[in-house]
Amino acid sequence: MNINATLLGQTIMFAMFVWFCMKFVWPPIIAALEARKKQIADGLAAAERGKHDLELAAKRSAEVLREAKEKAAEIISAGDKRASEIVEEAKAKAEVEASNILARANSEIEQEVFRAREQLRTQVSSVALAGAGKILSREIDAKAHNDLLEKLVAEI
Amino acid sequence: MTTEALTSTEYIRHHLQNLTCGMHEGALHCAHSAEEAKEMGFWALNVDTLGMSLVLGVVFLVLFRSVAKRAAEGVPTGAQNFVEWIIEFIDNSVRGSFTGRSALVAPLALTIFIWIFLMNLMDLIPVDYVPQLAEHLGLGHFKVVPSTDPNATIGMAIGVFFLVIFYSIKIKGLGGFIGELTLQPFGKFGLPFNIFLEVVNLIAKPVSLALRLFGNMYAGEMIFILIALLPFYLQWTLSLPWAIFHILIVTLQAFIFMTLTIVYLDMAHQEHH
Repeated sequence: MNINATLLGQTIMFAMFVWFCMKFVWPPIIAALEARKKQIADGLAAAERGKHDLELAAKRSAEVLREAKEKAAEIISAGDKRASEIVEEAKAKAEVEASNILARANSEIEQEVFRAREQLRTQVSSVALAGAGKILSREIDAKAHNDLLEKLVAEI
Repeated sequence: MTTEALTSTEYIRHHLQNLTCGMHEGALHCAHSAEEAKEMGFWALNVDTLGMSLVLGVVFLVLFRSVAKRAAEGVPTGAQNFVEWIIEFIDNSVRGSFTGRSALVAPLALTIFIWIFLMNLMDLIPVDYVPQLAEHLGLGHFKVVPSTDPNATIGMAIGVFFLVIFYSIKIKGLGGFIGELTLQPFGKFGLPFNIFLEVVNLIAKPVSLALRLFGNMYAGEMIFILIALLPFYLQWTLSLPWAIFHILIVTLQAFIFMTLTIVYLDMAHQEHH
């Protein structure tokens, strides 16, 4: 336990170690630590930005979706309208057609009726004439009663 | 114990004797006894202290330098993680206690902390291992814990003391430093008293640094040696708790030396204290 020159040796060694540490150990490690700190901070900032962007995108996509839905609803309602229009038109057309057919049929029926009546009338008159002729062939002169018979035919 | 013939006193004396080498009676050789070492005077070297400190310092620097060389900002692994953890701890301590800006203080604190920690840690090697080994190699004495040699602790404290004076003069100028020593705390009329107070204040710094570390480690070592005097089957009952407790002291003393150095240098950097 003597105080001797070890003291000086130790001081010199101490100074050399400190110098080496200051020159070659501390700066690179601290630089790496600082760089990492910055990298982490950057990463966090980027993540924050990404989150913000995601929020914006979500908002925008919701907007787009809503617009698309509105447009789809519009298209559907327009289609519905158009369909009902088409139905109405078809209905109207069919009604017109139906009434036309009805009218045509009516007129045909009338014509048939008329014709049948004419036929009937002539046949009835001729039948009546024939009948009357047969009953009165001897008593009544056909010529004398022709006027009366024609009036009868017209009346039928 | 080296031989059965050794008494307890001799055993303890043997363990507390450094491997001192120097000029003795006209020839260069290593002392065989404390008296011989004393006769060598100041110009002798404690080869064990210097050797162990050198080895431990080199271990520290090689480890840290290897990490520093491949330090990258990516995800740290293994040794890099460990080294960065220590560096961060030291950096925080320096930032907390040192208000100025200096490229020296933080690496200085790191060196002090790790170097002293490693030197103190040698205390946990069982007390007989290294001296026995040294004996087989032909070395009469070998003290494995450099910080139980006052030369080592005083040597470091002198280094810190020089730095304190250097920075005091650098920051405040020679006049400012002398003014600080002479004009405080009682103004120019209390000059002799001021000088006395301030010089004591200044000298107390390295003395307290050196003696605190030396005293703690020396006492710890002494207790290990005393425990080693017990029968071998009883030794563990005391040496184990003491070793566990000593882990705390080892770290704490390294930390105290470092923190006080930072504080002293901080005071040297400030205009008033």
